[in-house]
Amino acid sequence: MSGVLAIAELRRGEDEQLAVRPGTYELIAAGRELAEQGAGPLAVAVIGPAADVPVDSVALDGVSEVIAVPSPEDRYEAHVWQAAAEALIEQRAPAVVLAGHTIDSLGFAAAVAARGRHGFASDVTAVAWTEHGAVAQRSAYGERLVAELDFPGKQTVVLLLRPGANAPAGGRHARANGGSPIATWLELDLAGRSRTERVELREAPIGEVDIAKADFLLSIGRGVGAADQVARMERLADALGATLAVSGPLVEAGWASRARKVGQSGRTVAPRVYLALGISGAAQHLGGMSRSQTIIAVNSDPRARIFDVAHYGAVADLFEVADELERQLG
Amino acid sequence: MRILVAVKQVAILAEEFALDGADTVPPHALRRRLNELDAHAVEAALTINEGEPGEVVAATVGDEHADDALLSCLAMGADRALRVWGEDLAGADALAVAAVLAALARVERPDLILCGAQSSDSADAATGVALASLLDLPRVAVVTAIERDGDRLVVQRELDGGALEVLRVGTPAVLTVQSGINDPRHATLRAIKQARSKPVSVLAPSELALDAAELEAAAGSRRLRLFELPEGAGATLLEGAPDRVAAQIAEIVREAISA
Ligand SMILES: Cc1cc2nc3c(=O)[nH]c(=O)nc-3n(C[C@H](O)[C@H](O)[C@H](O)COP(=O)(O)OP(=O)(O)OC[C@H]3O[C@@H](n4cnc5c(N)ncnc54)[C@H](O)[C@@H]3O)c2cc1C
Ligand SMILES: Nc1ncnc2c1ncn2[C@@H]1O[C@H](COP(=O)(O)O)[C@@H](O)[C@H]1O
Repeated sequence: MSGVLAIAELRRGEDEQLAVRPGTYELIAAGRELAEQGAGPLAVAVIGPAADVPVDSVALDGVSEVIAVPSPEDRYEAHVWQAAAEALIEQRAPAVVLAGHTIDSLGFAAAVAARGRHGFASDVTAVAWTEHGAVAQRSAYGERLVAELDFPGKQTVVLLLRPGANAPAGGRHARANGGSPIATWLELDLAGRSRTERVELREAPIGEVDIAKADFLLSIGRGVGAADQVARMERLADALGATLAVSGPLVEAGWASRARKVGQSGRTVAPRVYLALGISGAAQHLGGMSRSQTIIAVNSDPRARIFDVAHYGAVADLFEVADELERQLG
Repeated sequence: MRILVAVKQVAILAEEFALDGADTVPPHALRRRLNELDAHAVEAALTINEGEPGEVVAATVGDEHADDALLSCLAMGADRALRVWGEDLAGADALAVAAVLAALARVERPDLILCGAQSSDSADAATGVALASLLDLPRVAVVTAIERDGDRLVVQRELDGGALEVLRVGTPAVLTVQSGINDPRHATLRAIKQARSKPVSVLAPSELALDAAELEAAAGSRRLRLFELPEGAGATLLEGAPDRVAAQIAEIVREAISA
């Protein structure tokens, strides 16, 4: 078993073109490092509808092969992806398979690992290739500790990398570089593998507000405690000249609209100022805001993970700070 | 229908603790409770069966601490509970747990299996999807709505970036549920009392024909060590009473916006 196989993630953009999602470049960066550490050459698999597979965009320096896998489905379908990944592993016998710790990957990667009895770790924050094979780090006890894992006896290890944990790969496209990327078209028998039927796709609502366009976000989390506090925080946001954003649970609880959600299943934002009140800093939240220019966090728990990405932090009661902000403005 | 809900008693680390050697947390530093998303899964199961014949069975892989989690599910309205435990299961990862749940499901033959989208302590977000593939059942991950459609289900799943996809899937199936799906009921005192008289069976892995070698082969990883993150550069702390904190925040915002 040798080599690294990264599975690209695609999304159809507003222009209807299939594009590689940015996290794929983080997989390529990690895969290149594994290759340099001795895991074997890096191949990138791009699974998608035949006519549209964006092969060129992953043909970067350090990628030895791009494997284009035509899919019978126009959309991501978890069981088709599973079948494709299983066939790729069988044919290429990679030592490491990399995919993003994204909602799409959550639908198929553990299925591939369980059925194939491969090594597996999700939400991986660091990975290295050693004389004993892959060693990975991920969080434990709800982000409070880090666990280091190895995969004894496993020929192939499937790893889902946390978005944002690796700097994205740059490098010229191999073609621009003079060399031509070795793009292989691999026809797999994927017909009939889908086990779900799409009824509808509801695009993300921009609706009432486009939080990705705001310079200053006042973002509130479950620390606000109750639905009626949301209106109050919205008034504070108005007074500050900020736009109100929220963490996932506030949307799930019906306290705020989906358009305001920051994170993996919400919007990705990078405002000049991100002021977080009562947000713990779960990976899915950080993934959507960690590239903000100035992050200020207020949380009563000194160990909250939000302080790891914040530039400024106050261990304080958010209501007391909110009261004071209002008083000083008014 | 018969709905099997896989639930986990999650561990919450105390604010202050010291690691026991290289890789264990002392038990007294842990509080335990039913994984929040699993309460949503139980609620979803009860809702699906409302006014229909059927049964909701809560199942866990865990030591006796996990009985509390099962009791919470029974108090919400689950009909009975199953717990699988044996010393070979200590430290079992998501794939090993999935193998145990798969063996259990082969005996129980549910029409639907619900899991949480992820557990709050290990956050593998993997168990349900692994379980589905071991049983060769269709699955949908990160589900925020479930409706019956004859003997099929129409479910809504979350996508990265905030889009929602509505899918039709046949049963039996495995769904992993996300919190937006419902608002779990609170058990009444009476229900909590009654829960104690509902059946809870405890099984050893051997009763499911699982031995140590099989569990080891099913596992996806081995834990080498646990450690605390080194304190990073971290945030510049804004000290003082709330009025001082607020004044500093206002100043930082002013500078950052005008820069
Ligand atoms: C597939 C999937 C996708 C997800 N997508 C997203 C996503 O897009 N966005 C997202 O945000 N989450 C998402 N989540 C949920 C995520 O895992 C966390 O559960 C969530 O981010 C936690 O939100 P929170 O920080 O507001 O709440 P909590 O984690 O409950 O934190 C509340 C914080 O408030 C603090 N606090 C409490 N009271 C006070 C007070 N008076 N003053 C100051 N501080 C106080 C507490 O110390 C705590 O740190 C997703 C989960 C899954 C499984
Ligand atoms: N030990 C366990 N026993 C029963 N179900 C579990 C166990 N661990 C995980 N699960 C189920 O799998 C879901 C996802 O957990 P995880 O894959 O650990 O993030 C949980 O919400 C449970 O529904």
